[in-house]
This record gives sequence, C-alpha cells and structure tokens, in this order.
Amino acid sequence: MNSIATLLALTSLFLLGSSRLSLAINMVAFQGFLIGILPLVSGHGFTLEVLILAATGIIMKSIALPHMLRKALEKSGTKREVEPYISFGASILSGILLLFVSGWIVSRLTQDEGIVSSSLIAGFFLLFTGLFTIITRKKALTQALGFLVLENGVYTAGLSLGSEFSFMVELGILLDVFVGIFLMGIMLFHIDNEFDHIDTDRFDALSDLELPDLELLNGNVLNLDQELDEEEGAE
Amino acid sequence: MSTLWLIILFPILTGIVTLFTDSHKIRKILLIVCSVLHMVFTAFICLGSITPSTESWFCTDALSKIFLSLTSLLYFGASLYALTYLKPDEEGEHVSDFHDLSFLRNKNAVFMGCMQFFLSAMTLSVLSAHFGLQWIGVEATTLASTPLIYHHRNKKSLEAAWKYLIICSVGIALALMGVFFLAMAVPTQVEFFTPRGLSKFAGYLRTDWLQVAFIFILVGYGTKAGFAPMHTWLPDAHSEAPSPASALLSGALLNCALLAILRVYQVCAEVPAVQALALQLFILFGLVSMAISGIFIMHQADYKRMLAYSSVEHMGIMIFAFGLGKAATAAALFHAICHSLVKSSLFMLAGNILSAYQTKKVEKIHGLLRTMPFTSVLWLAGFLAITGTPPFGTFMSEFSILKVAVESRNYLFGALYLLFLVLVFVGMLTIFSTMALGKKMPMNSEGQPIGYKDPELRKDGTVYEHPLQYITPIVFLAAALFLGCYIPEPVLQIINEASAILGGKAL
Repeated sequence: MNSIATLLALTSLFLLGSSRLSLAINMVAFQGFLIGILPLVSGHGFTLEVLILAATGIIMKSIALPHMLRKALEKSGTKREVEPYISFGASILSGILLLFVSGWIVSRLTQDEGIVSSSLIAGFFLLFTGLFTIITRKKALTQALGFLVLENGVYTAGLSLGSEFSFMVELGILLDVFVGIFLMGIMLFHIDNEFDHIDTDRFDALSDLELPDLELLNGNVLNLDQELDEEEGAE
Repeated sequence: MSTLWLIILFPILTGIVTLFTDSHKIRKILLIVCSVLHMVFTAFICLGSITPSTESWFCTDALSKIFLSLTSLLYFGASLYALTYLKPDEEGEHVSDFHDLSFLRNKNAVFMGCMQFFLSAMTLSVLSAHFGLQWIGVEATTLASTPLIYHHRNKKSLEAAWKYLIICSVGIALALMGVFFLAMAVPTQVEFFTPRGLSKFAGYLRTDWLQVAFIFILVGYGTKAGFAPMHTWLPDAHSEAPSPASALLSGALLNCALLAILRVYQVCAEVPAVQALALQLFILFGLVSMAISGIFIMHQADYKRMLAYSSVEHMGIMIFAFGLGKAATAAALFHAICHSLVKSSLFMLAGNILSAYQTKKVEKIHGLLRTMPFTSVLWLAGFLAITGTPPFGTFMSEFSILKVAVESRNYLFGALYLLFLVLVFVGMLTIFSTMALGKKMPMNSEGQPIGYKDPELRKDGTVYEHPLQYITPIVFLAAALFLGCYIPEPVLQIINEASAILGGKAL
C-alpha cells in the first residue's frame, strides 16, 4: 500500500517534469495501472466484485484511454511537446511544495485518529497535481491528462478513507469518468481539425470583452424558413 | 428492482433508438413520445402512486417532486420547441453505416438522442437519495449535454463545449471528494448513505469532516449550479448551445445541481456548528453571484449571454435565500419554479430572434415589435417577469426574500440584495428596449433587410412565426403570471413541505 502510494506520487512528479507528450501519456497509463491494483492490496480480500472493479479500472485507465489519447496525439500534426506556461523546473518545485501541502492537510484532518495514511496523502497530491496540470499547460490534450490524474487522486483518496460504496455505485463512478475522458478524446480530434492546433490559450473567441464575429456562424445557424416551407408544401 | 428505474431507463432506450434512426420524422415522434411518457411517470410519482421500495437508492419527497416536475415540464416544452428549431437532415447526413460510427456524424440524431440521455441523467440526479448515485447522475448530465452544446459543429461551440466539459468535470470531481469525506463524517457504517439515513446519526456526526465535506461539495456542485466565481463556463455554454438546449441547461440543469447541494445541506442542518458555516457560505456565494452577473449584464453586447448571466443572478438569489433560512427557504423554492418557467421561455424567444436576424448582437436588432409581433410581446413580458415586476411570481418570491432579510435584521445583506436587483433591472431594461423598440430592420441600399438569409417577410413587413415557436413561452409565462396572483393549494403545500425538510418555515 505504502509503496504504491510512493510510486503514485513519483509518477505525478515525473509528469510535472516531462516535456514530451507521449512520455506523459505513458506515465498516466502506468498510474492508471497502479490505481487499478490498489483495491487488491488495500486489504479487502479477493472477492469477485473487487476483482471486477480492479480489472475494469486497469482496462479503462491504463489501456483504453491512454490508447485513445495516443491516437489523438498521432493525428495532430502539432509539436509533441507539453508547452507549459511555467517552466518544468518550477513545475517540479511546485509539485514538491504541493506534496508538503498534501501532507499537512492530511495530518490536520486525521489528527484525531493519530494515523497518517500515506495513500491519502498520495490522493491529495494527485488531486493537486491534476489541477496544477490543467491550469498551467497550454494543450487541450494535457488538460485531459490532468483531469485523469485528478480523478485518480479522488479515487485513491476515497479508497484510502475506506469509504467504499456498493459495487454498482463504484462501477457507475468508473463508467462516468471513462465516458468523460472518452468525450474529451473525441473533442481533441475535432479541436485539431477546427483550429489546426490543440492549444487552449488560443481559445479566445468567447469572451465578454470582445464579441464573437457571428457572421461566421451564418452557415451553421438554422434556417427556419426553409423548413417551414417544406412543411407547408407537405400539407 | 424498483419501478423508479423505469423512468430513468426508458429515455435511454428511446435515445439509443433515436441515434440509429434515419428518418427525421420518426426521431421527432420519439422525442415527443419520450417526453409525454416522462410526464405521465412524473404525475404518478407526484401523486404518490410510485414510491421507492427501499430507502437506500431513491427518495420521492417534496423536494424531489418539485424538481422532477419542473424538469419534466421544461423538457416537454423544449422538445416541442425543438420540433421547429431543428432543420431536416442535410444531404449526406443519413445514417446507414454502423461500422465506422458514421451515425455520430448526423447532427440531428445526436442532438435528439442526447436530449433524451440528458433527461434520463437529470431524472437520476433529482430522484436519487444515495449520495454516490446522485454524483453519478450529476456527472452524467454533464456528459449527456456536452454534445448538445457542440451541435453547431463550429469553432465557437467547440470552445464552449470543451470549457464546459473540463470545468464542470473538475468541479464534480471535487464534489466526489466531498462525498467521500461525508462518508468519513459518520463514525459507524450507516445502513443508508442518504440524507435521511445520515440525519439519524445527527448526534454522532464528526463536525470537522462534515465541514470539509460540505465545502468540497458546495464548491464542486456549485460549479455546475453556476455560482460566481465558478460560473465561467456558463455564459459560453448557454449562448453557444442551440436554444432548446439552452432552455434546458438554464431552467432544469442548474436546479439539479442546486438540489444536490441542498441534499448535503439537509444533513448539515442537523449539526448547528456546520449549519452556521453553511448558511454564511450560502449568503456569500449568493451575493457574489448577484454582483458579478449585475456587472456583466450592464452593457452586455450579446443577448443570449445576457440571459446566461441572468441565470447566474437567479441562482445567486436562490442560494442567498437559502442562506437566510426561515420563510426565505420556501420563497427560494418558489423562485426556482418561476425562474425555470420564465428563463426557458426567454431562451426559446431568443432562439426565434436569432433564427430571424441571424445575429446575437444587441446593437444589430431593433424594431422587434414591428417585425415579430408574437415573439416581441412575449419577449417584453419575459423581461418584466425575469426582473421581478409585480404581477409575476418572481416578484412574490423576491419580495418575500427581502422581507425575511429585513425581519431578521440583516439590513446590510438586504440592501446589497436590493442594489444588485436594481443593477440587473437597469442593465436588462436598456437591452430589451433597444431590441424591441425603434425602426423595423436595418436595411441595405437595395431596401432589403440585413440579416435575413432568405427574407420571408409578409406584405406588412412581419416575419412568419410558427405557432410551435411561441406556444410554449405563452404557456410558461402565463403560468408564472398566474403563480404571482394566486398559488394553488397543492403547490403551496408541497413548497411548504419541502421547506420544512430543509429546516425552513412556510411561505
């Protein structure tokens, strides 16, 4: 349990420091695998339900989603670097700071119990790293990766708190997360087609300061009159 | 298996059939059949004929009943409106090839299918009592509505949909963390992880964990409910989505997220220390949301964005009222009903204007009263309703909230609340009057109105308006007007019952 928590924290730190997108995806895939085997080692025994959950988790988080993200990366002709707003060195330093913050929060929260759970710290740390990645990286693909890390963090924290719900709810949560990132993956393809890039810092069409140029929309906005004509014709 | 699963599962079934259907006509029929069936189920639930068999998953108390009937009613209105709003399939969009998922390329099939998935997800989130199940429902609403926002398949809708998906998913992930903490607040294994199940252990709940859980859940679901400063996805999503979807997002979806927060508050209300914190946070988020929306509505150049900010304002009013407690709780629930009716009609009317003028810019539209008689009169009535002018239900609720603020000697909060209401009123007045009054249409040098792709003017210079385009707004606005004059006994009773669940007083 402790060693897995350490590995999880290390993968996140590695993620903050890696400059190549393909490497970052592999790291998240490895993290997904670690998360998948976590329920097996957390002392719930090897019931059928635990096994199914672990298998679903591993298939979704370490095989299916990384595969899809890799495909999205291959299709996009853009540079395969992470392109952060904050340099990698500073990111790793912030990561270490976040790790301390996570440790402090957990020690405050569990002061009554008198035990500090390493996997809870890892959970918080993953949550913070995920948020940090979403905020400080330019590419939409990195944001999807950040969201995956964040979800892994929430999952780890939930598991280490021992607050597991019934099997159906756990499965539902996994499924929701999977569909969410799957949708993000589909949209990555579309972003690549529409914008010729997957940078979110060039998402600036919608804001209150400058109004979008709606002439562009003309082709897409419905043409009601036409349909009404047809309906009248049918009558 | 409870019969309640049926109301959640059948929209998924009709939705899947819709996705794979070639004919636009059959899809329209399915859309209507689905919403009518949903209304029938909802009626049975409200009359108490369908109740959950065990306490562990669902509950059909007064709170659920109010929000479920709102969702069902609004969905029916929106699907009626969608019938005229969606144009028939374009060439080459027909579904036939299954092996490369080409059915996903048909915009209409995806839109109508996802509408039904969306309905199912909202129903799940409203009916569920188990906190984990409710989380699944709220997250599912995000997933089902993202394709709705991306309907136009252009850069702007893509940007809006991406922001929506990322921001809401992160918010809801934080809420899941909160749900885990909530489980930690209970010292022993509880039988039912539901508001009522936890309330039984009120004396044994651990205050610190409950506080942390509440903050995580308020911020998490609050992102989805559109509280400032987590509202940033909302104006983009609501203005880029096609109008039937905007009406649903604004009228029904925000309420679902609000209900999720109220369910947790139901537990917090049992522990005085946590309740005090919760009420303070409610008031804070409420006033900040009202202030920010007031500022952005002033001089807003895009009328759909203005409506979106108005939703932020009204969610702010509601959560502010919940923060005041007492009779304001009942007023907030009443406000939720009126706001949903009025805001969804306004979004539909905005859709009518958009389809005639092909622009969302306020400055390019004037003389609506002369060109679109039905739409413009309703548009002005909607303005009066949304700003809380006397005969409408919104006035009743906003006034009751102010009354509670003054009675409980929260003069500062009351004054700020009133100030922001006035700010929004002035901002909206300029926008609505610019659009409705003035000369007919901007004309070009050849005497053709600018903006029409295919001018379909009648001899008297008005635009043809299909009855389905204005029938729903007429009914909804009339209902809001009626509720302002007289609240029928059953409605009042259910509002008071729901208010009692949340520890508030009767209206």
